[in-house]
Amino acid sequence: MHLTKDEERILEGESGEGMQKAMELLVAIGDALDAPRLIEVSRAHAASSGQEGDLYFVELLAKGGATCKVPTTTNPVYDMECFDKLFKISRQESDVARRVKESYKQIGAMLSWCCTPYITENIPMYGENVSFSESSATPFVNSVIGARTNREAAQSALAAGVIGKTPEYGLYFDENRKGTMLVKVAATLKDEFDYSLLGQHVGKQIRYGIPVFTGISRRPTTEDLINLCAMLNTSAAVSMLHMPGITVEAPSVEAAFGDNHPQDKITVTERELEQTQEELQTGSGKIDLVQFGCPHYTLKQVVDVARQLKGKKIHKDVAFWVCTSATALFLAKRMGYVDIIEKAGGHIVADTCIDMTCWNRFKDKTGMTDSPKCAYYRRFKDVIVARSSDCIKAAIKGEWK
Amino acid sequence: MKQEVKLKCHKIMGGYGEGEALVSKEPICFYLTDPKTGRVREKGHQLEGKSVAGKVLVFSSGKASSVVQIDGLFKLASEKMAPQAMIVRDVETVLVVSAVIAKVPLVDKLEKDPFAMISTGDFVKVDANEGIVSIRKKA
Repeated sequence: MHLTKDEERILEGESGEGMQKAMELLVAIGDALDAPRLIEVSRAHAASSGQEGDLYFVELLAKGGATCKVPTTTNPVYDMECFDKLFKISRQESDVARRVKESYKQIGAMLSWCCTPYITENIPMYGENVSFSESSATPFVNSVIGARTNREAAQSALAAGVIGKTPEYGLYFDENRKGTMLVKVAATLKDEFDYSLLGQHVGKQIRYGIPVFTGISRRPTTEDLINLCAMLNTSAAVSMLHMPGITVEAPSVEAAFGDNHPQDKITVTERELEQTQEELQTGSGKIDLVQFGCPHYTLKQVVDVARQLKGKKIHKDVAFWVCTSATALFLAKRMGYVDIIEKAGGHIVADTCIDMTCWNRFKDKTGMTDSPKCAYYRRFKDVIVARSSDCIKAAIKGEWK
Repeated sequence: MKQEVKLKCHKIMGGYGEGEALVSKEPICFYLTDPKTGRVREKGHQLEGKSVAGKVLVFSSGKASSVVQIDGLFKLASEKMAPQAMIVRDVETVLVVSAVIAKVPLVDKLEKDPFAMISTGDFVKVDANEGIVSIRKKA
């Protein structure tokens, strides 16, 4: 990969060790993937995780004096004030997560602690070159917004945020953004739960590539697309999708494929979606936990939950948790919905991922969720995956049959 | 002793590593290995129960989410249970980042098909800096 004089000086360490380590990573990626040069990015999202590999790199950069050059948001870790007290988590147990949070602050990241920053604080525009890691974030900004990013790791996105540049390869080029696979949807997709199942099913069939979805009868909501993206990029490595007439780079099926001839065609009926839901179940009967917000619930989803809980009581043996963004939590509080959820016996929390050590107390329990991704990363033993309205009914009854 | 075969390759993460080859045509998720022993614990995987520790790992590609993949290889390296070096056929961003963060030498673009040239148990030297892989077939 060609480097400018300035870039070479950073690589040699003239801008400090933090910048040097960031540049080394970008150069390794660029060389590996035959990028001709580095290009500027205007923003980044680092899928920080509160795990050891994550901690190592952000500390290396922060201690080496690096600072984010372009706006760089962060993924959720967990809300320590809430969980450390409530679940009596020891300082030793929370050490890695605490250091991760301190390091991202030191490096000047925008501390969103949210996995869907592209609808709140870090919204790219059409055609913008960015560097976004996180399963739903990469395909969402590519497909729905038409910004450009590869499927980044937390570390490569952070390095891009620090340098303000990234290697030019893959999805920064027009010709790599065309569809590779046709997916005919013959099922009626009622809500985001159906989109999650669709993403899970299609991801398992294709494993990688750019699917083109046809047959979508109702215009999808933001929540539908967030969940489709999250599941496609969890059950497979999918950085982009097209939905002709809906996503920005696909005015038509022909435009979605460009010069590509679809290698494969998949048809999805209601039967496949039902089967997908069935395959995810490992438990039934009494439930100990309901977990919502993987990916983070939007304000609309929080409102939906609160309205269903109004005047109701969650079963005393069921822990009920909604994970959302700090912004949505703030507004939900203002609107009186946090009160409603708490009066019903539920919790709503920002900054928190379902895949964190703070949930370990549920490791022998049965959990229920509307998210196949949450089922995949679960920190509890048995799982029931169902539509959110069914999860709420089960939370009130204390069981699912 | 059999003759050593030298092949050119493309450096991704520099360094030198040598050891017995462990070959997997299936993609690998490092999160699904035991960091204390290096053993692959993914059910039904071609390498299930075998340890990657100290080996030269020859595999088709990485898989799984960026967070778990990187954390997986990093934990293996922290416990000194990572492979000595890795030869991969299809590389993607997350695998590059994993190798750089865990400091495990990684090469691709071997001038011949790695699966035709290398079998489990062969003795393999990977000089990533020089872009050379040397193979001595097992007796």
